[in-house]
Amino acid sequence: MTDIVVSQLSKTYPGAAPVHALDRIDLTVQAGEFVALLGPSGCGKSTLLNLIAGFESPSEGALHVGGQPVARPGPERGVVFQEAALLPWLNVWENVVFGPKVAGQPRSAYEQRARDMIEITGLSAFTKHLPVQLSGGMRQRVGIARVLTLQSKVLLMDEPFGALDAQTRLTMQELLLSVWQSLRTTVVFVTHDIDEAILLADTIYVMSARPGRIASRLTVPIERPRSLDLITGEVFNGLKREILGLMRH
Amino acid sequence: MNTNSQAQAAPARAAPAGGSGAARTARRAGLGLVVPALILIAWQIAGQAPGMAGIVPTPVRVAQAWYDWIFASPGMGLNPYLGTWLSNVQYSAMRVGQGFLLAMLLGIPLGLAIGWSRLASEMLDPMVQGLRPIPITAWLPFSIALFGIRDMGSIFLIFLGGFYAIVVNTTQGARDVDRNLVRAATMMGASSGQLLRRVVLPAAMPSIFTGLRIGLGIAWTAVIVSEMVAVKSGLGYVLWDAYYVGRMDIVLADMVSIGLMGFVSDRLIVWIERRVLVWRMLQNH
Repeated sequence: MTDIVVSQLSKTYPGAAPVHALDRIDLTVQAGEFVALLGPSGCGKSTLLNLIAGFESPSEGALHVGGQPVARPGPERGVVFQEAALLPWLNVWENVVFGPKVAGQPRSAYEQRARDMIEITGLSAFTKHLPVQLSGGMRQRVGIARVLTLQSKVLLMDEPFGALDAQTRLTMQELLLSVWQSLRTTVVFVTHDIDEAILLADTIYVMSARPGRIASRLTVPIERPRSLDLITGEVFNGLKREILGLMRH
Repeated sequence: MNTNSQAQAAPARAAPAGGSGAARTARRAGLGLVVPALILIAWQIAGQAPGMAGIVPTPVRVAQAWYDWIFASPGMGLNPYLGTWLSNVQYSAMRVGQGFLLAMLLGIPLGLAIGWSRLASEMLDPMVQGLRPIPITAWLPFSIALFGIRDMGSIFLIFLGGFYAIVVNTTQGARDVDRNLVRAATMMGASSGQLLRRVVLPAAMPSIFTGLRIGLGIAWTAVIVSEMVAVKSGLGYVLWDAYYVGRMDIVLADMVSIGLMGFVSDRLIVWIERRVLVWRMLQNH
């Protein structure tokens, strides 16, 4: 079953010098598939994610998620932002339950789910903390717990670990692997980190810049559940060499 | 930097206190009082000089007049400056309160609308910006013509004075809302009304408080100016009236009272701000 269908999608930012951000992108994501969009900065990978999220609208082409054309942002497509984008005046619990609350759900409908998501992201001891009192990694955990509580069918992640230090990034990648292993939602994950793409994704789309195009599509032949150990493995290194070659090209 | 060096210097000089927090605070407060005290003493000496008699009252005379104005029993009604301080303060404070409340009730929603909606911005912002350069004092004759010599003439001017500061700062706050916060909230399903109330308003709150503080300062200016002309009570009325009958001691006591009221009301807003914007206070540390 396909979940996301992108066909001949282009995005141009008008102006004195128009920016051709995306050029005729074709992309299909299956339900439950973990897809990584990999490329250098300026290749349009974040633009593509913003289009799927509904934050921006395409200049040309069509975009369907779950059979519906994308018109605006909505809770069925949860987004994890690079800088977490938590509401700074709400504590962790209030941030996590913001979605169900604005949807008018009674507390009984979301409380258990929110508690579970806070539990699996390791935030149970921090529910009363404000975002400013948390480290970057902890804030990103809240960003993840928040979209998991939304029960989005599709998770869109825009370099969520890009601003974290190497140690924290590994921890967060492990966390995401284990969460995804149990929930198996569709994920589109934007990154410029080759290791991260191989470690997490089933399928990697390598993008090239100016204009943003999909250069190639690779399947990651590593079985799940995965762990950080495989970073040093044979298959991993072979795939990494191949991608490096593609990106230098 | 300045406070730092003072804090470091404190333990060395105030030897027995050993640099405890209270001693440091007292020392800092004490330093701030040195120059004003010297000025008061110089003024007292100069004012007692034979040639100066009757021109400017000495600090001691002002303090006496102020004391009587506050605490003396109103008496036979011949001297209007006995025991009438509190009621005049109340008149002025009431007018500031009413005018300022009106300014908040109109200014905050209007500022949010202008800052958030392009339509509202295009429709209303040119009018606000066009009227704003007219000084509030220039509105005085029109205000009296419209409302007569009664409270509303004064309240209107106070409203106007607070209104612009609140609108302009609220507008800026609503315009500066982090785009990612708006995106995150719409992604979680917030409607445009929820966005305004749950994201734009709280995000604009620091700017709104800046507007409130500036606006309240202008409101105190407005109440004094308007009371001099448009009503027959309050600190502004007493200020002008005392000048006319040559009571410079009361004029000066009145000036200090106005300053005190402005200071206290500003501290009140800061006190509220500290409680409402805990997240912001933590961010700045």
